[in-house]
Amino acid sequence: MTTRTERRVGRTGGLIGDSPLRPDGIPKLKGEFEYAQDLTAAEMLWGATLRSPYAHARIVSIDLAPALAVGGVHAVLTADDVPGRGTFGLEQPDQPVLAGDYVNYWGEPVVVVAAEDQDTARRAAAAVVVEYEVLEPLVDPEEADRRDETFRRMKIRRGDQDITGDVIVDGYYEVGMQDQAPLGTEAGLAIPDGHGGVDLYATSQFVHVDHEQVVASLGLTSDQVRSHPTGIGGAFGAREDVNLHIHLCLLALHTSKPVKMVYHRSESFTGHVHRHPARMWYRHHADMDGNLLRVEAKVLVDGGAYASTTGAVLANACYFAVGPYRCDSVTVDGVGTRTNNPPCGAMRGFGAVQVCFAHETQMDRLAAALDMDSLDLRRRNALATGDAIPTTGQIIETPLPMTEVIDSLVAMPMPDATISDSPLSLPGGTGLTTEPTDVSRGVGYALGIKNLGFSEGFDDYAQARVRLTAEGATVETAAIEVGQGLVTVLAQIARSALGVSRATVRNVDTSMIDSAGSTSASRQTQLSGGATLEASTRLRARILHAYNGDDLDDDGVWSEGRLVTPMAEITEGSWEETATFRHPATTEPDENGQGVIHADFAVAGHRAVVDVDPELGLVRVVRVDTAQDVGKALNPQSVRGQIEGGIMQGVGLAIMEELIVEDGIIRNPNFTDYLLPTILDAPEVEALLIEKEGSWGPYGAKGVGEPPIISSAAAVAAAIRDATGRPIDRIPVRPQDIALL
Amino acid sequence: MIVSFIVNGEGVTARVTTPVSLLDVLRDQLELPGSKSACEQGECGSCSVLLDGALVCACLVMAVDAEGSTVRTVEGIASEGTLHPVQVAMHEAGAVQCGFCTPGIVVAAADLFDRDPTPTTDQIKEAVAGNICRCTGYGAIVRALESVAGERR
Repeated sequence: MTTRTERRVGRTGGLIGDSPLRPDGIPKLKGEFEYAQDLTAAEMLWGATLRSPYAHARIVSIDLAPALAVGGVHAVLTADDVPGRGTFGLEQPDQPVLAGDYVNYWGEPVVVVAAEDQDTARRAAAAVVVEYEVLEPLVDPEEADRRDETFRRMKIRRGDQDITGDVIVDGYYEVGMQDQAPLGTEAGLAIPDGHGGVDLYATSQFVHVDHEQVVASLGLTSDQVRSHPTGIGGAFGAREDVNLHIHLCLLALHTSKPVKMVYHRSESFTGHVHRHPARMWYRHHADMDGNLLRVEAKVLVDGGAYASTTGAVLANACYFAVGPYRCDSVTVDGVGTRTNNPPCGAMRGFGAVQVCFAHETQMDRLAAALDMDSLDLRRRNALATGDAIPTTGQIIETPLPMTEVIDSLVAMPMPDATISDSPLSLPGGTGLTTEPTDVSRGVGYALGIKNLGFSEGFDDYAQARVRLTAEGATVETAAIEVGQGLVTVLAQIARSALGVSRATVRNVDTSMIDSAGSTSASRQTQLSGGATLEASTRLRARILHAYNGDDLDDDGVWSEGRLVTPMAEITEGSWEETATFRHPATTEPDENGQGVIHADFAVAGHRAVVDVDPELGLVRVVRVDTAQDVGKALNPQSVRGQIEGGIMQGVGLAIMEELIVEDGIIRNPNFTDYLLPTILDAPEVEALLIEKEGSWGPYGAKGVGEPPIISSAAAVAAAIRDATGRPIDRIPVRPQDIALL
Repeated sequence: MIVSFIVNGEGVTARVTTPVSLLDVLRDQLELPGSKSACEQGECGSCSVLLDGALVCACLVMAVDAEGSTVRTVEGIASEGTLHPVQVAMHEAGAVQCGFCTPGIVVAAADLFDRDPTPTTDQIKEAVAGNICRCTGYGAIVRALESVAGERR
């Protein structure tokens, strides 16, 4: 008889709370992992896109003949060739697949081409002659607001609207347009099935919504399109909207051949949406003890030419406009403007990032006005479980360890106060522009809060299927692995819940399983993890019931410490369970923005230490410490990866990453001019995980992807303010904002 | 024209009719897609290869200039089924997320350790300063490469 001790062997690896090696790690390290860019098919054609050179123009005529005359060209298509609805969009289908009478932003697709190789396709696209009547672009979002060119307006009114504080602080803040800049550009392959349908393999965060949009925009039936999860080089929100997906399917169906497209980096900068630039006007009221009495804010985010997710980003910005603080008198007005600027949509943090910079700067200024320590002010007003969210009035029912975050952050050790004279550690780096004596050090704190999962009454769910065979457990899902480690954590959940040591995750297409929802909103560990846990738990119960057992492991079913049925016998049968997991239902806002708007919340805090050369305006971020509310860390190594990566993007937003848009045209659509942090820009990072279980995620887990970016940018800005005494009321902070050039 | 060179120990030829980069030839003609194309202008290091022993961005090398040279790509870093210590360390440290920068970092770091088995942390950072990673924030990459240096000390 197998003993209990023996049967525990092999079960200790890869469970909940462990950090097993990721299953796609070795292929990625050897260059063998297949990305959308690497796909090929027999007789494959290459696609290319002709884009508008103007931010606003009327299309007078299009002459395709020069393109069709290029040898090796198979198709040159315009809006006239698009069957079906011909438009797409995540919130409203307002964006044409190909521009018809007008182009509304610089880089809008006008013509797509398929040819025998990429170079030919691009040359043919460039040969198309489009005659434009150039129109005046609307690029000032405040002018758009005045003209009521908007995607959504938000109105939040909570509590007594006539309160006035003893101390009042006003501020105006701006956040620039950040790009997700995933290293893999948009890429994909569409393969016609020979029966009028198509299989799509393309960069995505949400294959079911891609599927829906391809079907509707091209007038196909649901079963004619299958969208397949595909290897992608990062996402960060850039892959929530479709871009080349519909074009690929259109070209493949038109030519009856597989068609591949890969965007160049410069095309990628126009081919996906960006983080909304924001303008924010604030007024905070407090009493002399530092109790926050009233917050008034106006939040403007510019959505650019098409809706994308502007409505939801604006709503998030407004709902979190006060930050993680109690306040019973709140007024927020929000507007998401429609202009001829590049379309903006999802990026990590989704609206909460922009307002965090504003509300945290306001809290620092309020503390200064009160002559109070800024952390004491924050601690005094910190939200906790049982409090109302200040904007929506929703009572927080899950753990919200804001005070623990503050206390942990303060207790973390500070770096050595000596400013290093190593060129790698000085502002300006090996340019050797700065001496340690010219450097000022600053320290800044910021706190952030964000919702987890989709909100405002959206039916947010994820489906997963768990099978048990002789090879172990397999989790089938359409959820997208963007690099965060979903393939690791879903297997950990299956192992832990089912009781077997071997588990793998298998991505399946839209025809084989229902939606997993988007890999965004920090939601997949909670949602697809929840579905995996439920399916595994049900499957285990069914197997135990079938064999009259009380435990299951690799050996088989056990009863009272005795193996009753070996695994080989169990896996002769077919064992699978499919589960659909939903988070607690939310409601749409009422006319004052009130309601149970969100399913759950997560908080984090950051402390940034910076060295600044105030004369040159150069900044080096020395260190960023953080404490983050994670619920339960299912895979601590992955959690740390999200935290360090998110902080780096926050540092980028704080001091270097900005798309420069002039008259609607992006002036720096490349990695030479859009600056991304390198390893020499990376601060030391220490992270404390605050584990307070009680959320509805599997094992109490909360999503962890977004909190690291929300308050890190604000903390860096605060540290620069501390070092220089400059106002620092916009991010990214530019040298001229410090040196006042 | 026909370009002949050695890749990962094997002689190869490519037919080049347009001014294409070594990266395009590796990926599109020689079935070596491990080197990634991410910026096409030498800023991100995702296409890092060793050209006659020198670390270069394959996107900035014209294919015709590879004539007669010896090229080592990420596919040639592990030898006979044995992972390079850099690959093992990055795997264990959680230094791989989306993985798109990973091949370039593996090549650059393997090159560093071939030249200096015990680099300092600053030397490690300088060696991969030309490689942009958008996922990890670099912390796990530094820890991984420090552990390789530590084991060799």
